[in-house]
Amino acid sequence: MTHDEEEVIRKRQRERSRLLAILLGAFALLMFGITIAKMTINQ
Amino acid sequence: MTPAATAASDLPASSRDLFALTKPRVMSLVVFTGLCGLLVAPVPVHPVLGFAAVLCIALGAGAAGALNQWYEADLDAKMKRTASRPLPAGRMTRQTALHFGVGLSVFSVILMDLAANHLAAAILAVSILFYVLIYTVWLKRRTAQNIVIGGAAGAFPPLIGWVAATGNISTLPVLLFAIIFLWTPPHFWALSLFVKTDYANAGVPMLPVVAGVTNTRRQIALYTLPMIAAAIAPWAMGLTGWIYGIASVALNAVFLFLALAVLANKATEPKEMKPEKRLFAFSILYLFAIFAALVIDAKVLG
Repeated sequence: MTHDEEEVIRKRQRERSRLLAILLGAFALLMFGITIAKMTINQ
Repeated sequence: MTPAATAASDLPASSRDLFALTKPRVMSLVVFTGLCGLLVAPVPVHPVLGFAAVLCIALGAGAAGALNQWYEADLDAKMKRTASRPLPAGRMTRQTALHFGVGLSVFSVILMDLAANHLAAAILAVSILFYVLIYTVWLKRRTAQNIVIGGAAGAFPPLIGWVAATGNISTLPVLLFAIIFLWTPPHFWALSLFVKTDYANAGVPMLPVVAGVTNTRRQIALYTLPMIAAAIAPWAMGLTGWIYGIASVALNAVFLFLALAVLANKATEPKEMKPEKRLFAFSILYLFAIFAALVIDAKVLG
């Protein structure tokens, strides 16, 4: 594997890790929102 | 697949290609009709739960699109229109597409169950399975009726939106399902008339390939009639007000006019198929407009 290919792989891994972190954060926020909404409705 | 492309597929898939796998353009129509189904439901929906339900519809549609591309990579490679998709272009492995599609399917159904209700989650699961197993795996390569039956998969979103809001099924969402179900054949057959060579090269038995262009034009006109009946029915049955009634009659009159122009066209070369291209373009606008009219009617007239 050349240095350039390795660089492309690292770049894509970083990009996907960052995206996954954002998505997990958004999911946590969404679950929090759903929980609060359901509690509000049930009151 | 070229050696360069094969080498490229060894790289981790880019997020842009994963997004492309979800067929974002198709998803926009799915999200819009799902949102409309949710908005016309006669019960107030909490904004967060409504957002989550529409998100699940979008994720489910994206998952079905990804699994469709996973299964059809060989077909896509043979068609000009689809050859640049991530799998046929060799920018992603099939395994990545499969994992992404299955993961997204399961996630969307579970989230729908948590955010809305069991029935909405069950219909979402059925719609994904219908698109992947009934349409993609079973019908598409076997019969010219592929999109007639497969069209049901695309008709589920307004029903899911309605059920996510209300928890039950009634006449209006069934009619919304029928509109999209009956709209799909004229919409896709208009497209398949001017990309017929592409489908023939790939061995997909689309109606123009199997039954010829004249017969396809007749079928387009024939399917337009029940579609019009289904689209006017919500107003005729008193389920909507005059705003939807006027919009529906006007939009269906234009659709019928364009379908008759297709029927009258005798051209066999794609270059001369302007009526077909016009009908295809209008059919997309038609669906957006008729669902928008439904929501405006429900919100203005209550």
